[in-house]
Amino acid sequence: MNENFIQINGISKHFGNVKAVDDVSFSIKEGEFFSLLGPSGCGKTTLLRLLAGFEYPTNGNLLIDGSDITALPPDKRPTNMVFQNYAIFPHINVEQNIKFGLRKLGLTDDEIKKRVDDVLALVKLEGYEERFSGQLSGGQRQRVALARALVRQPKVLLLDEPLGALDKKLRDEMQLELRTLQKEIGITFVFVTHDQQEAISMSDRVAVMSEGKIQQLSAPNELYKNPENIFVSDFIGETNFLKASTKSKDGEHINVAIEDLGDFKVKNNLNIPENSSDVVCSVRPESMMISRDKSDWDICLEAKINQTSYLGEMTRFYVEVSGINKVITVSSQHFDNQSFENNTCFISISLEDISLLQKK
Amino acid sequence: MFQAWRNLYSKSDNAKAYSLLSPALFLIILVMLIPMALMLSFSSFTQVSMMEIDFTPTFQRYIDFFEKSLLVSLLIKSVKISFIVTLITLLTAYPVCYYIAFYVKKNKMLWLVLLTLPFWTSYLLRVFSWKIILGTKGVFNSTLLGAGIISEPLTFLMYSEEAVIITLTHAWAAFALLPLYVSLEKIDFSYIEAARDLGLSKFEVFWKVTFPLSLPGVIGAILIIFIPTVGDYVTPALIGGTEGRMLSNMIQAYFGKINNIPLGAASATIMLTTVILITAIVSYTTKRLTQRLS
Repeated sequence: MNENFIQINGISKHFGNVKAVDDVSFSIKEGEFFSLLGPSGCGKTTLLRLLAGFEYPTNGNLLIDGSDITALPPDKRPTNMVFQNYAIFPHINVEQNIKFGLRKLGLTDDEIKKRVDDVLALVKLEGYEERFSGQLSGGQRQRVALARALVRQPKVLLLDEPLGALDKKLRDEMQLELRTLQKEIGITFVFVTHDQQEAISMSDRVAVMSEGKIQQLSAPNELYKNPENIFVSDFIGETNFLKASTKSKDGEHINVAIEDLGDFKVKNNLNIPENSSDVVCSVRPESMMISRDKSDWDICLEAKINQTSYLGEMTRFYVEVSGINKVITVSSQHFDNQSFENNTCFISISLEDISLLQKK
Repeated sequence: MFQAWRNLYSKSDNAKAYSLLSPALFLIILVMLIPMALMLSFSSFTQVSMMEIDFTPTFQRYIDFFEKSLLVSLLIKSVKISFIVTLITLLTAYPVCYYIAFYVKKNKMLWLVLLTLPFWTSYLLRVFSWKIILGTKGVFNSTLLGAGIISEPLTFLMYSEEAVIITLTHAWAAFALLPLYVSLEKIDFSYIEAARDLGLSKFEVFWKVTFPLSLPGVIGAILIIFIPTVGDYVTPALIGGTEGRMLSNMIQAYFGKINNIPLGAASATIMLTTVILITAIVSYTTKRLTQRLS
């Protein structure tokens, strides 16, 4: 497996004064399901379009499978794209749409027929050959777009928020299906999304982008458990930030003073220096425990429930701890909004679950 | 009484629709259907003498038309001139619209307004202005004479088929711009990117995607120019001379100084039929062409 299948070397793309992509370098592995994740305007779509050839970089170069594609036009690149709005040609039917990209590959009629039949079976669209774009549902259109790109057997498939237009149920189904499909055919997928749940549930690795830069590139569970900075911690899932300052190091741990809570020894994965006041502690709502009685966890605080929101599979509690001037979010699968009398409860935190992050 | 009328009005959507349409319907019946019916019936009469018309129905006038080689050749010439005008207009307007639709990022409206600005003046004035440009002592000739490129004024510029074609092309260009622009503007740029992504060169993308998708506008432009120019008689009358005369000038003469109203009516009917037939053929073949292209 080629570790550097796609190489992005010092890529920048400026639109006037706007640095849409700002000196980005990383590699994507062969056969990987890779996601570019970030809020709108973070540069993820621009980066994808640079890979497709719809934009050319201001600086840097791009390599796919060892060959430089930086200056190649879209029709000469070993990539194909699934567009956000699918871009199914409205004047031709599904079969003609799928065949559209095959005419330049120099295939025989038999080969074309076989490829079309195979890809239709792959995306489960047999029998829809004669339909036109206007006669298809959103999910079917998405499949046609996928089939049209895959039938060319590209080295890399680029997907620009392809699930954005679908309703939630269908989107969940398609997430699973896309993932299965990708493992089955083994083509490298580069997937752009602003939906963090989508990115972490489908991808082998995720690059979180913000303001044209990569904030963190790692496996989804790493992203969630060990965010490297405040942006990632905040963007992926939900979290509580508590102001803190570091004191002395102790091996892989460091002593911190968390504001209003006291001094604790927490793990220092990011190797944050001693005596720094520019740090925060991040604690995920679901890593805390809410209970009626005091617990023997590392930190246990008496709290008052301000508000609850019942989400079905869990309940989210917004609590106030005396002495901490901040609403803390805790979620629980065991308790719901009916569980606490007088709105008083205890919240417990294990030091293992505290991530120490540096402010920018 | 008023209440009853109001009940009827609010209950029936048809009544509402017809009452809203009635001024337009009345106008169309008055100025379109009745004159058409009159024209058709006149074409079946016979002009006996200057003042006398025989009202016995006959098809003879249609036979007369096809027996007069002048009329047939004028019909062919009318269609030919219109065809060339339509073609030149399309070839010049299409790239302009393409440019505005895909390359102009800001102030598209300003571009369109500037392009259609000449058409804010009257049609007659525009035709006359070409007379000033193309005439023997016109802008064109005096410039060339002054520069010493020619020693005698170019006479073919004025009172010729070419003059009619130039004038008509200019006069109707704006009407082609709008439908073409609208149909190109509507094309989602991602179709063009998708086609490039699927391995087509820029040139192929145009013929396989952009052009087929803009065909409604192309057909619209063809019809909007072809139909009125076939029957135009102001431009050939002012600019065309004898060379540039078209069938409509002859029809006008039949109703006027020649005073053969039945033959004029028959000629007009034949011209109308020809236009309808050509329109149908154009619409049909362009649709087939789209399917062939893709």
